[in-house]
Amino acid sequence: MITAAQTKKDFNVPPEVENQWCPGCGNFPILQTLKKVMQDIDIEAKNITLVSGIGQAAKLPQYFKANYFNGLHGRALPVATGIKASNPKQTVIVTSGDGDVYGEGGNHLIHTIRRNPNITVIVHDNMIYGLTKGQAAPTSQEGLVTPTQPQGVIDEPINPVAFAISLDAPFVARANAGDPKEMQKILKQAIEHKGFSLVDIFQPCVVFNKVNTYQWFKEHTYYMEEDYDVSDKVAAFARAAEEEKFPLGVLYAHNRRTVFEDAVGIYNVDDRPLYMRDMNCSVRSALLASQK
Amino acid sequence: MSKHIKDDFSIVIAGQAGQGIQSVSHILTHVLKLEGYHVFATKEYMSRVRGGMNSTTIRVSSIKRDAYKSSIDLFVPLDPNGYEHVKKRFTDDTMFLGFKNNGFCSDCIMEVDFINIAQAIGNRLYANTVAAGAILGLMGVDVEQPKEYLRAFFVKKGEEVIKKNQEALEKGYKMGEHFAFSNDVTCSFETDEDVKDDLFISGIDAVGFGALAGGVDFCSSYPMSPSTGLLTFLAQHGKDCGVVVEQATDEIGAINMTIGASYAGARGIVTTAGGGFALMCEALSLAAMTETPITIHIAQRPGPATGLPTKTAQEDLNLVLYAGHGEFVRAIYAPGTPVEAYEITAHALDVADKYQVPTFILIDQYFVDALYTIDKEEFAVLPYQKYLVESEREYKRYAITDDGISPRSVPGYGDGLVCADSDEHDESGRITEDMDGLRMQMMEKRFFKRKKLLEESALEPEVIGKKSAKTLVVCWGSNRNVVTEAVENLEDKEVSVVSFVQVYPLHKNVKKMLTKADKVVVIENNATGQFANLLEKECEIKIDKRILKWNGELFSVEELTEKLQQI
Ligand SMILES: Cc1ncc(C[n+]2csc(CCOP(=O)(O)OP(=O)(O)O)c2C)c(N)n1
Ligand code: SF4
Ligand SMILES: [Mg+2]
Repeated sequence: MITAAQTKKDFNVPPEVENQWCPGCGNFPILQTLKKVMQDIDIEAKNITLVSGIGQAAKLPQYFKANYFNGLHGRALPVATGIKASNPKQTVIVTSGDGDVYGEGGNHLIHTIRRNPNITVIVHDNMIYGLTKGQAAPTSQEGLVTPTQPQGVIDEPINPVAFAISLDAPFVARANAGDPKEMQKILKQAIEHKGFSLVDIFQPCVVFNKVNTYQWFKEHTYYMEEDYDVSDKVAAFARAAEEEKFPLGVLYAHNRRTVFEDAVGIYNVDDRPLYMRDMNCSVRSALLASQK
Repeated sequence: MSKHIKDDFSIVIAGQAGQGIQSVSHILTHVLKLEGYHVFATKEYMSRVRGGMNSTTIRVSSIKRDAYKSSIDLFVPLDPNGYEHVKKRFTDDTMFLGFKNNGFCSDCIMEVDFINIAQAIGNRLYANTVAAGAILGLMGVDVEQPKEYLRAFFVKKGEEVIKKNQEALEKGYKMGEHFAFSNDVTCSFETDEDVKDDLFISGIDAVGFGALAGGVDFCSSYPMSPSTGLLTFLAQHGKDCGVVVEQATDEIGAINMTIGASYAGARGIVTTAGGGFALMCEALSLAAMTETPITIHIAQRPGPATGLPTKTAQEDLNLVLYAGHGEFVRAIYAPGTPVEAYEITAHALDVADKYQVPTFILIDQYFVDALYTIDKEEFAVLPYQKYLVESEREYKRYAITDDGISPRSVPGYGDGLVCADSDEHDESGRITEDMDGLRMQMMEKRFFKRKKLLEESALEPEVIGKKSAKTLVVCWGSNRNVVTEAVENLEDKEVSVVSFVQVYPLHKNVKKMLTKADKVVVIENNATGQFANLLEKECEIKIDKRILKWNGELFSVEELTEKLQQI
């Protein structure tokens, strides 16, 4: 039953919180869309925890009324995993940048996908480091000239969606911040999907990336057809590998893997989060007594 | 060669990795304990899975003697090369039982070819049981109880294996008995009935039980010698006790995961060694900034870099004292006995939670691997308190309060929101750059007020002997028992031991106590005297003498007795 108070949930922070993003930045539509999705899912702010690293994207939790943990650059995923494993009842969402998740935190991405906690990871992929003023990110396209790559980027950009599919992530999608309507559908599915979900969102940085603009993303993307089979891993991988025009939408989704917090083995008998439990002295003492 | 096995008897077994030292010492220690002997064992091994040369020292005594003695009363080589490995520990009275080595006093060796005997029984695998039997025979321990022990030990392997092992034990036993008889080896040992029911436990398992007693319910760590035992312990026993245990894929992930868990309301611990902790330093600073409780357990080994992975040291005190960018508080504990480890681990978890600060437990390879007999009663149920509050609608995670502690809630507990930030933040957790206002207030709360609270809660060091003695011999962590026994050997009432279980911050009485002594001697396992330096700085005193050792070996009672006699 939806109460009047709940329908008014807007997840807006008090007006005195100053938003530090540049006007026109692709982070705004992501923030607005995420608020809409959470209204749609109809969840209370106190049951949502946003987790981020450091960067422009990572400031999103500051502007969204929910619990949050704004941690270190690159380290959002293990923090999010720890939260979910201690309180599976929280809806845990990571919102961070491409540098944060794919660069500094790349190792955590590999192993969090393997571990498979039921969290959603939203990567604001602006193909640049915004906060530190315009250096190349792991997703920067070859040739992009930046203050620290004056001859242009020479490293091969990472393909995050292909990468996630190769690790059999249960949900992998790509969205375009320039198309909030479609982004909303994708984000909703991602959050509702049980298991690790990755949504790579093309997010124009209007200040430091003059190449990958709203227009550029529009021209270099297309939506996958309605009858596309999201559960076919090989087909998904082939799609993800396309780079002439990047496919948008849900690339891969399945329910074939066990979720981390279900596998840790302590919630099947007692589903209360750790903070609610009292230490079970008797089990602990019995263990000691059984020792020789 | 008439010999006498006395009340305090050291047996050393040496061999290559994979030759079964562990099995021999396992059978021997457990059987002796069940017979009522106090048993203390330490092992020394190389960082390799096969080959090399390792040894275990088993000290058997009629009163509790939990310290390492280097002199060997009975040497049992499972390999002829064992002699070379421990030769500096032989004395004129050392007995030898096992393989011959022509380079060493061949006439005093009671030669037994364990492998030959085992093969005659059917498999060279039984050699370890033959060796255990021979030692027990030499010591004149009743043979029936060990046979029963073998039955229980091998019960899962089936009747055949049980029978063969019992046969191997008897064969070895007979040889040992025969040697005792023909070499006029006599034995006078007083056993202690109470030991039979004692725990026989390693230092690291004492930490594990302490963590459980302290209410730990989350541990994510990455394997690294000599710290892995705690992760293993919790992985083995965690599920039944409601503990989430996860092997991370690196130390940065391990500590960040534990911080996330703690933010959500778990009581978290990570275990690592110096190198792994070096990777955790940024996140340590995060725990401090976000006021997220965490306990970090560090088992030390010699560095720098990979160093000596399986040897012992106390080299990481400075790292732990100063780790993490920025300025924040911490408490550092260093237990020296299993009972201390049990109590201190629980205490460290409690202090972390109570004051919302990082706390440390510093131990070392020696303590991790040492095995002790302990009265179960000493591992009592400890007081346990949760410090979480239910949040109200306008809850502020970093509320400024008089005592500097902001009531801590977690997501989902109450109607409020819990917002934590690694940037400098306001009371509600949002980023701020208000330098003269909020920055100063937060530093006051996070640093100055908490520093005071931690100082007030500091544990006093234990004084063994007279408090007003002219000479104070200071030690911390695992050196406690060795130093205590060495000082006892001096038989000088004017020399006392001061053993620190908390090395930072120091208890308020420390300065006065050390200042009053005529002479302060500090003993530690590093090259620079890290704790001595800390004492000099914190207490504004001059340490008169430092006894240091940094070759990767622990101090022995004899070595320290001799060094202290020269002072
Ligand atoms: C350990 C560490 N290294 C470097 C930084 C500096 N830093 C902050 S954000 C950032 C990159 C941000 O890029 P991205 O994650 O793509 O976020 P964006 O600002 O583009 O949204 C860097 C290098 C830091 N905060 N911490
Ligand atoms: S720098 Fe770029 S990413 Fe950051 S707010 Fe401005 S436009 Fe957005
Ligand atoms: Mg970026």
